[in-house]
Amino acid sequence: MATAKSNVAARIMISPAVLLLLAWMLIPLSMTLYFSFLSYNLLSPGMERWIGFLNYEYFLTDPAFFSALTNTLILVLGVLIVTTIGGTLLALLLDQPIWGQGIVRILVIAPFFVMPTVSALVWKNMFMNPVNGLFAYVAKSVGLPPFDFLAQAPMLSITGMVAWQWLPFATLILLTALQSLDREQLEAAEMDGAGPFSRFFHIILPHMARAITVVILIQTIFLLSTFAAILVTTNGGPGYASTNITYLVYSQSLLQFDVGGGSAGGVVAVIIANIVAIFLMRMIGKNLEA
Amino acid sequence: MGSITLSNVKKAFGDTVVIPSIDLEVNNGEFVVFVGPSGCGKSTLLRMIAGLEDTSGGTIAIDGQDVTDLSAAKRGLAMVFQSYALYPHMTVRKNIAFPLKMAGLPAVEVDKRVAAAANVLNLNDYLDRRPGQLSGGQRQRVAIGRAIVREPTAFLFDEPLSNLDAALRVNMRLEISELHQTLGTTMIYVTHDQVEAMTMADKIVVLQAGRVEQVGSPLDLYRNPRNKFVAGFIGSPKMNFIDGEEAAKENAATIGIRPEHIELSTESGRWKGTVAVSEHLGSDTFVYVNVDGVGHLTARVEGERPVSHGDTVWLSPVAGRIHRFDAQDMTL
Ligand SMILES: Nc1ncnc2c1ncn2[C@@H]1O[C@H](COP(=O)(O)OP(=O)(O)OP(=O)(O)O)[C@@H](O)[C@H]1O
Ligand SMILES: [Mg+2]
Repeated sequence: MATAKSNVAARIMISPAVLLLLAWMLIPLSMTLYFSFLSYNLLSPGMERWIGFLNYEYFLTDPAFFSALTNTLILVLGVLIVTTIGGTLLALLLDQPIWGQGIVRILVIAPFFVMPTVSALVWKNMFMNPVNGLFAYVAKSVGLPPFDFLAQAPMLSITGMVAWQWLPFATLILLTALQSLDREQLEAAEMDGAGPFSRFFHIILPHMARAITVVILIQTIFLLSTFAAILVTTNGGPGYASTNITYLVYSQSLLQFDVGGGSAGGVVAVIIANIVAIFLMRMIGKNLEA
Repeated sequence: MGSITLSNVKKAFGDTVVIPSIDLEVNNGEFVVFVGPSGCGKSTLLRMIAGLEDTSGGTIAIDGQDVTDLSAAKRGLAMVFQSYALYPHMTVRKNIAFPLKMAGLPAVEVDKRVAAAANVLNLNDYLDRRPGQLSGGQRQRVAIGRAIVREPTAFLFDEPLSNLDAALRVNMRLEISELHQTLGTTMIYVTHDQVEAMTMADKIVVLQAGRVEQVGSPLDLYRNPRNKFVAGFIGSPKMNFIDGEEAAKENAATIGIRPEHIELSTESGRWKGTVAVSEHLGSDTFVYVNVDGVGHLTARVEGERPVSHGDTVWLSPVAGRIHRFDAQDMTL
């Protein structure tokens, strides 16, 4: 398969797929780039004109931009911390031989199959609602005033919901990693005088490093574009308190009909995602090398 | 000090009884080998001594102190696993230093002991490599190094050489024996290779189905096996067993003769037969003979003997080297 002839043949064979993929990605990207330099509002059709970097200037100097950027980072970091630590602990628990192990595992995986909009609505209306919610009921039953989660701590609440949704994913991947650890290594460590904590930090955690890296990378990609959970709960509010970059782009282009500004925001989001990716690969990418 | 005493030790996994009851005495400084067929409970017994497996009954004592309920870490023993169980993300140096680090030794002392172990085991060139970058024999040495730095009261080995090729196995066998001479520490060694058992042991424990069949020095077991199982298990090639008429002549249900105690002649002898296969090893010749009315017999003769398939030969047992067994397979 590695002769010159077979290589040429292989290239010709895959070229249609590559071309299709290129067109699929390049056309929307270049159109977004093009729109981002236009003054283009859907409320005044036919008035498009080239305005250079003005859209970018507006987007980046908008006071909402900075809070959206911080909110995005808080959300991503918060969910990552909760899911990797929580996922590791849950994986350790699920790895113990317990009665009804199969059912417990399915229960733990279940939240991942709930649609983000549905889970956010359930959290909003059944748990966090200050009048009818379960948390309010618990608070009232112990004599405390109910806490309006989505109004008073919107970022914390959304982080909690999204973390709940992603915890199963992290748990599942970390559990498989844990199960692939050679039992004899743990026994050897036990003989070497390592207690449960030393065994965890010196043997189990290094073994899981690669899986943790994969969890962090995959989740970051998806968490940077969290949208549904915000849309159905807080609509980015109060004020801009729970607006992230994705939501800001949405509100620019679809709530204010400003296609040019939205496109500029989209390009900025792409750049931010790449910066985050570079940082991540620098920090933890070496774990992926064999 | 490193004497280990098992009294009435039992092990069951749920309803399956793996070890009904074992009593055993391992003296300080002894090299004890557990042998037995696959699945007879050697590893289980070793792991119980190590503290990696709970005992279902009886007591285990180290230096007279009851350790039955003590955790593995507190028993002061070191174990070398069949899969080596090295820590893949640590360098050889860190692997060897791990037990010392866990014991909280100062860094200077750790370095000194790691260097000493690396010297003994010829690991100096590999200290900064990871286990994945070592050959099987080198990994084995690292595993041994990790065991010796702790200066344990006894070493436990579970088939440490079974993943190595034949030549390396002989080498490592010698190295482990030498290590035992130098350190003088008690060692318990599990194997199902009876050559390893014969060459390394001070004392062999033959196990079958979780029971001790016989305990003794290698030559003791070779000369005076207590029953047919031990007689067949110790020695290579395996002892010949003959029953029926020939055994009745010796007043036994079965008689056994080792291949090296059979004389082969091309002219006359006790049993006449035809050669099925002859294996020429140079130093010895193994001759497999079909004897009418007796069955297949193996003879081991010194040097190069020019016999081959189809030749007619006569076999005679060496006087006084016949083992006699009763109907219950016990030695008479
Ligand atoms: N966790 C367990 N649960 C149930 N049975 C077990 C368990 N571990 C071992 N056994 C059984 O105990 C018996 C002895 O096993 P053990 O591993 O001690 O054999 P062994 O003598 O070391 O054999 P080998 O030479 O093949 O390593 C076997 O029949 C095995 O099936
Ligand atoms: Mg075994």
